[in-house]
Amino acid sequence: MIEIKDLHKSYKMGSNSLHVLKGINFSVKEGELVAIMGSSGSGKSTLLNILGMLDELDEGSYTLDGVPIKNLNETKAAQYRNKFLGFVFQSFNLINYKSAMENVALPLYYQKVGRKERQEKALKYLEQVGLKEWATHLPNELSGGQKQRVAIARAMAAEPKVLLADEPTGALDSKTSYEVMDLIQKINDQGNTILLVTHEPDIADMCKRIVHLKDGVIIEDKKVEQVRASQYV
Amino acid sequence: MFNKDRWKEILEVLTSNWFRTVLTAFGVFWGILILIILLAAGKGLENGIKSDFGDIATNTMFMWTRNTTKPYKGLPKGRHFNFKVDDVQSIKDNIPNLRFVSPRNRLSGFSGGNNVVRGINVGAYNVYGDYPEIIKQEPMAITSGRFINYSDINEKKKIAIIGEGVKTGLYTKEEKVLGTYIKIRGISFLVVGTYKKISNDGDGEEAQKEIYVPFTAFSQAFNRGDNVGWMAITANDGSSISNLKERIVTLVKENRKVHPDDKRAVGNFDLYEQYNRVESLFGAMRFIAYFVGVLVLLSGIIGVSNIMLIVVKERTKEIGIRRALGEDPWSIKLQILMESIFLTIISGMAGITFGALFIYGINKMLDINGPVDMFINPSVSIGVVVAALMILIVSGLLAGFIPAQSAIKTKPIYALRAE
Repeated sequence: MIEIKDLHKSYKMGSNSLHVLKGINFSVKEGELVAIMGSSGSGKSTLLNILGMLDELDEGSYTLDGVPIKNLNETKAAQYRNKFLGFVFQSFNLINYKSAMENVALPLYYQKVGRKERQEKALKYLEQVGLKEWATHLPNELSGGQKQRVAIARAMAAEPKVLLADEPTGALDSKTSYEVMDLIQKINDQGNTILLVTHEPDIADMCKRIVHLKDGVIIEDKKVEQVRASQYV
Repeated sequence: MFNKDRWKEILEVLTSNWFRTVLTAFGVFWGILILIILLAAGKGLENGIKSDFGDIATNTMFMWTRNTTKPYKGLPKGRHFNFKVDDVQSIKDNIPNLRFVSPRNRLSGFSGGNNVVRGINVGAYNVYGDYPEIIKQEPMAITSGRFINYSDINEKKKIAIIGEGVKTGLYTKEEKVLGTYIKIRGISFLVVGTYKKISNDGDGEEAQKEIYVPFTAFSQAFNRGDNVGWMAITANDGSSISNLKERIVTLVKENRKVHPDDKRAVGNFDLYEQYNRVESLFGAMRFIAYFVGVLVLLSGIIGVSNIMLIVVKERTKEIGIRRALGEDPWSIKLQILMESIFLTIISGMAGITFGALFIYGINKMLDINGPVDMFINPSVSIGVVVAALMILIVSGLLAGFIPAQSAIKTKPIYALRAE
């Protein structure tokens, strides 16, 4: 599903250049649930941004579902993001003045799906995350865990190839974190490919594979026995 | 463009901070209101001044004689001379594109004592000897009877058409006017018509106190021979009297043996030139109205642009999220532009509406309190409103352009980090 070869990325900070990713080779197959771990500054967020086409790579190649991702203009990048990827952010990033259902329907709106179909699909995904009766509520009427579940529903609504989650439990307490992880695991069980960045070992253990980043290189890439989150809920 | 969701979003954004939106809108509202009021006031003044010209054919000149200032062909300087009846035919024959050439004579009501008598009533009135065409050059409404015609001219009939002012001076209310006789300088004239002049200027009352008699009868009755006091000459619509003036004056100088370089001998007044001067004055006034109005509007538009920049800044994160979810940058740009145009047009329309109500109010007041000197029916034409709308749309575009550009300038990855 994801093929990355010899990926380099550096940032220019004034006259200095900061080499963040120093040759990453990495691939993800369909249906995997991968945790990317690393301390602050290890380059894990940069990697996720490049995977999410929010940032461009300097060297190397990136292929997503057989499509080479390079030299994208903003319009093309937006189309690819919409078609291939679903995002879940640490701070939820819901749009405040739109209801839960409207938030979930957004990616479909950008795909120019008709109004009625959009609403039906949005409701379906809200039901999957258990928030159907909250559909008309605004984000500030929801709890943190509920917000993140809406965000996950939104990420799934466009039926993306890959779900990218940047510290999805970073802003949540443990109990809610496990609930969210339970949901992510269930989505993965349906065959969806998921990458998530975290620095919490217990969250990483709930994935099927852990990639450890340090100073811009992969120092460890191992398959793990998945801990089901449902036992803590 | 006609997308329900987009409009819903525009309304959501604009109504999310009512106070700010209204303040911003006020700038544009005020600008367009000032523009409309300035233009309407200019138009009111223009209507006022133009009504002073009344329905007088403006393509007209008046020409009269004065004493010569140069000796010529054995004739001394300081000589008094008159136009002759032949001059009329000579002008008609030699100068093209003239519509009317009317010779005129006058008995002045100011200079002597009472010159008109009817029974025991007397009065001092201006009496004119005229041709039938004068009614087209100096329009008047015939309120009863008829005006002079050519058979009156040919037969030198002693008839008179009197103004409404003369009628009230010489007749009592119940008396019949038509068919009665009045004595002008002791000579009896049969009254065949009454008129009312259509003019709003200060001499309005005086203009109703005139008596018109056939030119030929006048000459005979008051011993003018073939002398002509002055002439009113109107050109055809296509050609301006100002251009023909020189040739007419040269021609009559030659006929009357006046030195061609004698500048004073023939006096003239060119109504067209005066009219054009007034026209160009109003042109300048319109320009100033547009100039000031558009500048005021411009400061409103800068306000809109400013607020849109702030709105974009506030929504940086939201725009980042939407782009991460895959919204086309063009769609975001369009959204910002539409918000800006919508805000400008709505507030502009409010300005136009309010301006129209204001003008309506002024007109109502003018109606109730009676006419004001030199100010009649202030108004703006639909053309001006369309022009104002165009200005608004362009302004909205301009106001939204920079904010829209800045909305998609930030990469989504940085936009997402914004708080």
